[in-house]
Formats: sequence, structure tokens, C-alpha cells
Amino acid sequence: MPTVTRWYLKSSFLYLLAAVGVGVWLALRGLAPVPAFLAFVQPVYVHLFLVGWVTQLIFGVVYWLFPPPREGDRHDAVWWATFILLNIGLLLRVVAEPAATPRPGSVWGWLLVLSALLQWAAALGFAYTTWPRARRRGRYSHERRQQAEES
Amino acid sequence: MPPLSIWYTRVATVHLLTGFTIGALMLANKGVAFAPWLWRLRPAHMELLLLGWLVQFAMGVAFWIVPRRWEQPRRGNVIGARIALVLLNAGVVLVVLGSLVQDLPALTAVGRLLELLAALAFVSHIWPRVVGREG
Repeated sequence: MPTVTRWYLKSSFLYLLAAVGVGVWLALRGLAPVPAFLAFVQPVYVHLFLVGWVTQLIFGVVYWLFPPPREGDRHDAVWWATFILLNIGLLLRVVAEPAATPRPGSVWGWLLVLSALLQWAAALGFAYTTWPRARRRGRYSHERRQQAEES
Repeated sequence: MPPLSIWYTRVATVHLLTGFTIGALMLANKGVAFAPWLWRLRPAHMELLLLGWLVQFAMGVAFWIVPRRWEQPRRGNVIGARIALVLLNAGVVLVVLGSLVQDLPALTAVGRLLELLAALAFVSHIWPRVVGREG
């Protein structure tokens, strides 16, 4: 499994653990004293699952599974940039959203704007690298497989 | 990758970009309020990313990697998968429009019905392909 994929997959597993952990924490409301900001954590909980876990898992598997581009360059720099943008963006959201929701326009609010920009840029990076790889396997990959079998 | 999977994954990627764009605008608006009406796009954001992106991408990859038969046609009758692609996207578009046009709740209902038919069509195609090595 390629290094890029391993980073995406292992990070996605950490988000899965974090999401389930936050779920437990949210369930404690009404049962035990919890911090007030927990009232604003529900969207973070959902996005830890859907962006951190599911979407990131898909990104990692796409890098691994999809046919390589015709020109042979997988654009690894863009995949790494996408990984960094997605994770910093999501972690920023985790920290800033519960703080910004009751105080829009504060420093936390601007961090939330930054988080939105970073995650959006990550989606652009994924689309840029994946679009040309959603294709039929061409002569390039066939020749490469033959070379691998012969060597 | 078969042509139908290329369609599924590319259209799903378009939905991903659209859904992320709306989500980013909503999140930024939560941080620094500049357009309160953006919150009305929340159902569209959810529809595009859950059905348009996740479900559609999973269908496209499933069509590609689920076992093929030894004889031709290798993927069996693919009409169900083709119909599902059209119905799913028509459904997503109608549900999104229905969430934006408050006066026409029927749009959402028709969209959801098309999504149900898409799921039935896709399952009817993929069901016989979910087999072991012995076929």
C-alpha cells in the first residue's frame, strides 16, 4: 500500500475513534455535568465522521486503487497538499466551531473562515488529481504490468 | 475502469465540489456572518454530499470491482446500473431544487422517489454479482 494511502487511512481511523469518542461525550449531556460548549459540538461530531473518516478513507483508497494517469505522474505533491489542507482545515473546525458559534466575528470566527477555505481547497485538490484517473486502463499501465511480470 | 464507473465517479466528484463549496460558504458564514440566507442551503449541502457524492461514488466503485462473470458479458446485464446513474442524479437535482423552492414540496417527494428507484435498479444489477470464487 503506497505511503500516501497509509497516511490517509491511518488518519481516517483516528477520526473514527475521535468521532465515536465525541459521540460518547455528547451522550453524557443530562447524565453528568459537561462543559457548556458541548451544546455547539454536534456539527463537529457529524463532520468528524463524514469528512475525517469516510471522505478521507475514500481519498486514500482512490490514490491506491484508481488507474494511474496516462502520463504516469500521480501528482503526489497535490495529494500531500490535499491531505494537509483537509486535516488542518478539519482540526481547525473542531477547535474553532464550538468557540465561534456563540461569538461570530471573533478571532474564532475568522479561524472558522480559514477552516472552510482549507477544506474547500482540499476538495479542489482531490478533484484535480482524481478526474484524469477516472479512466479506462490504457497502454501505459498495461506495458508497466508486463514489465513488472518480466522482471 | 469501465466507462459507467468513470461516469459515476466523475459526476460524484462534481457533487463533492458543489457540496464542499456550499459547506465552506455556510461554515465561513457561521464564523463571520455575511449572508444569513446561506443557512437555507443546508439541506442541499447534505443531499449533494450524502447521495450525490458518497452513495454515487460507492456505486461507481462497486460496479467496477465487484466480481465479474467468466463468460461475456462480464458484468452481466448493466441496464440497471445505467438507469440508476440517471435516476440517482435526477433525484438529487430535484431534491436540491425542492429544498430551495419552498413552494414546491412535491419536487422533494419526486426526487426521493427517483432515488429509491435508482437504489432498486442498482441493487437489481449488483445482487447477482455478489458471489464467491465458485460463482
